[in-house]
Amino acid sequence: MKQIKLSGIVKSYGKEVVVKNLDLTVEPGEFLTILGPSGCGKTTTLRMIAGLEEPDEGLIELGDRTVFSRNEGIILPPEMRGLGLIFQSYALWPHMTVAKNITLALKEQRLSKSDIEARLANALKLVQLEGYAKRYPSELSGGQQQRVAVARLIALRPSFLLMDEPLSNLDAKLRTEMRASLKRLHRDLEATTVYVTHDQIEALTLSDRVIIMNEGRIMQEGTPFEIYHHPANLFVAEFIGDPGINLFTGIVSDGALDCGDVTIPLPEALAKRGGKLVAAIRPEKLLVSNEAKSGWVEVKTEILQPTGADTILQVKAGETTMTLLQSGFITLAEGTSLWIDFDPEALSFFDPETQENLRDG
Amino acid sequence: MSDTAAPRGKPPIFSKQNLVYQVYRFKNKPEIIIGVLCLAFLSFVVLVPLIQIIKDAFTFQSYDLAYQPDGEVGAFTLFHFDRVFNQPISRALFVKPLINSLKMGFAVTLIAIVVGSSLAWLMVRTNVHFKGVFGAMLVFPYMMPSWVMALAWLSLFKNDRIGGSEGLLTYLTGVQVPDWVAYGYVPIVFTLAMHYYAYTYLLISGALATVDSELEEAGATCGLGKWKRIRIITMPLLMPALGSAVVLTFIRILGTFGTPALLGLPVRFFTFSTQIYASINARNQGDAYVLALVLIVLAISFIWINSRIIGVRKSYVTMTGKGFRKREGDLGKWRWPATIIVILFLCMTVVMPLLLLLWESLTLIPGNYSLSNLTTYFWSGQGNVQLAYGEPGVIHNKGILGALGNSVKLGFMAALFNGALGLLVGYAVVRGRGAKLARWLEGIAFAPYIFPSIALGAIYIGMFSTSIGPIPALYGTFTILVLITVIKNLPFTSRTGIAAMLQIHQSLEETARVQGIGWFRRMFRIIVPLSMSGLVAGMLLTFITAMRELSLIILLISPGNMVLTGVIFGYQEQDMAQHSSAVTLMLVLIIITISVIVRLLSRGAGVGRLNAT
Repeated sequence: MKQIKLSGIVKSYGKEVVVKNLDLTVEPGEFLTILGPSGCGKTTTLRMIAGLEEPDEGLIELGDRTVFSRNEGIILPPEMRGLGLIFQSYALWPHMTVAKNITLALKEQRLSKSDIEARLANALKLVQLEGYAKRYPSELSGGQQQRVAVARLIALRPSFLLMDEPLSNLDAKLRTEMRASLKRLHRDLEATTVYVTHDQIEALTLSDRVIIMNEGRIMQEGTPFEIYHHPANLFVAEFIGDPGINLFTGIVSDGALDCGDVTIPLPEALAKRGGKLVAAIRPEKLLVSNEAKSGWVEVKTEILQPTGADTILQVKAGETTMTLLQSGFITLAEGTSLWIDFDPEALSFFDPETQENLRDG
Repeated sequence: MSDTAAPRGKPPIFSKQNLVYQVYRFKNKPEIIIGVLCLAFLSFVVLVPLIQIIKDAFTFQSYDLAYQPDGEVGAFTLFHFDRVFNQPISRALFVKPLINSLKMGFAVTLIAIVVGSSLAWLMVRTNVHFKGVFGAMLVFPYMMPSWVMALAWLSLFKNDRIGGSEGLLTYLTGVQVPDWVAYGYVPIVFTLAMHYYAYTYLLISGALATVDSELEEAGATCGLGKWKRIRIITMPLLMPALGSAVVLTFIRILGTFGTPALLGLPVRFFTFSTQIYASINARNQGDAYVLALVLIVLAISFIWINSRIIGVRKSYVTMTGKGFRKREGDLGKWRWPATIIVILFLCMTVVMPLLLLLWESLTLIPGNYSLSNLTTYFWSGQGNVQLAYGEPGVIHNKGILGALGNSVKLGFMAALFNGALGLLVGYAVVRGRGAKLARWLEGIAFAPYIFPSIALGAIYIGMFSTSIGPIPALYGTFTILVLITVIKNLPFTSRTGIAAMLQIHQSLEETARVQGIGWFRRMFRIIVPLSMSGLVAGMLLTFITAMRELSLIILLISPGNMVLTGVIFGYQEQDMAQHSSAVTLMLVLIIITISVIVRLLSRGAGVGRLNAT
């Protein structure tokens, strides 16, 4: 059983508590991403699983082995945990050739020479670096270095795979390519994988399941679809999505949410509630028309950012600014009138006090 | 999520689980284990000796019976302090050496700073000619023992005061050189300054090279004049380097022995270092201990005052990585005059002393510098009872060759141990960053810096003259020379070690750890190879320092562990100038050869920066 299980993990540096009573289970073979802003405790969590940091309290189990238990006095050093870890910096040993980088750990395991050779050849083949065995890391491009780091893990065949922002040193184009190769690594090794990143695109594209952390706590866990479409709270809603979600704070009156410049339709259950609410809608979910329609809100364009396939439009209704995302390469003069409307199905509502999601659209 | 064995909370502190946990935790952290071991070792060789001499200074010793026959050996006493500070003898023992040491320290430091920084400015910021050659030659004094200039000075200016032969000047002109030129304060200050400028030069030129000229140009665009720019912009940026140059020079001067001994003792000009030596020779160790303590207090208070003046801002990060430019000012019509001044200066500090020593070593009858008196006897003679007490020439002289072997052995062993210790200290400090252990270790590794060389020597006499537990008495052994050299160089090598470790990103080791590679393999396959270039440069530097060291070991050498510098000093004391000159030249030659290797090995790393503290 290749499950990773963390229970009751607490970790602090001095007085600052960076991980607060964390419970987390990664199912066998699952690709789980921990996503969060810097300083949210995600890397610390990963390093605790690897054994590079010690929790103050709690229990960590890898498969059927307990590798850390504060209460039972168990703490296994990283070298005995049988994991694979990919660092942000690749961590290739600069004074060793590609081949040595890949085989050093295998020699430590006292595998036979032919076995080591076979694993090396296989790993290099899988990352398409045949013929590079004699090169030094400095003679390789960033993407090739990254692939050597991947090959090192392929050769080692760990049952658990940890990745600490492995793509953040690569340029945008290479990133897309490497995402695919990391996904392949996960599939080939059939390893239970924990992937840490602050990049939501990586999280959404790679993962079976995403955990969003903030200030040492889990804010939400779910599939990428759930995280994107049904954010559990305002933090997740704002954190996920680029361009960011549109938020409107208003007061419930006459069965709708009055936000000053715009009025947003409310579902029945919330219409009765009264008081303050925050409505949220993703930029691509706003309905847009360039002709006046009755009941639609007129907005004026402010700033347009065409990205090629899509265009990000910042528009204003009175004093309220909002962002639209439309497909196509749009060019409009500043101050052009557009009309927008809210799709009731696409709206989410949050309690401004508890920050919790009250109803999904 | 079902809980197995109550994952939350912690077991009680004294429970078995907690104990097991703490033991495993400790075992998992090699940097802590190494840190604790290093700390224990360094405490033993740095702090314990210091405490020991403080204790000895307050204890009535058997050799004190000569002065106070009714004293009780081993009892608490202020006798030594009374002698040094309060009795009539205090004037000779304490007051005069104190004044002399301070006078010497301030004068040498001042001259060395002015000369060293002027040269640094010329070399880094102007278009003076022959920079390559100058750059190599200006650091020559750094590679030579500090008293080479003093020996050369004697060859040139020696008068008939202490008997024996006279110097070259008297030989050529027939004029007796006055005492104040030949011996004492003036020549000591001059010769020491002509050696120690090299330290300032290295530190300031290193710092100047990192000050972006754009900062000064930015000042110019604000309408600052040339001198104002230097005063308001450049000088403050150089202050930290200047501060460490001042401290380094001053403490070294306080602890230096060779030059004050060669040029001061003939006219009874005592400094702290020579007085400590004299007290120990007169078997008044108690006095020597008190004086050594005073010297340490002096050094510490100097560091403190200096840091108060310079302020806490230790260094300004002016290296930005990009847009960095060094612009050389045009000296215009002063270009050649400045070049000639540097050439003359180098002739005086490097070429002339070595030529004088060569000439001296080739004269048959001392004091006769005519060509007909030239001989290679002192280099290759077999030994002749009518010459120099029958001492054979250098290449047939068992004493000299034995000492040469010892010096090389000392250099190698000190370098090796220093490299290893520096690496381990660096590892423990860098990997344990933030923890108290790392801070203590860094602090104690730096501590030998504040002990002037001669004082450290005195401390080691006190500590290792008797056996301590399983450790036998080390006085007079070769081991103690290695030990003290390693300790004295530790501030520099541990910095090298720390710098080298900082360059190795911890993920390089962590990734190996996670892949199941054990500590020894990580050390030998990853850490050591990656820190090698910095370490080798640092180790060869220790080798050089060990080879040329006298002040540190003068109190600890005996016929059983004689090294070259000791041999030279011995010949000089017996007024055997040809032998001392020949051996000195040989020593300098060996050191320079090794230094060339250092330069080749460390190329870009920069020997100077390794020394900068």
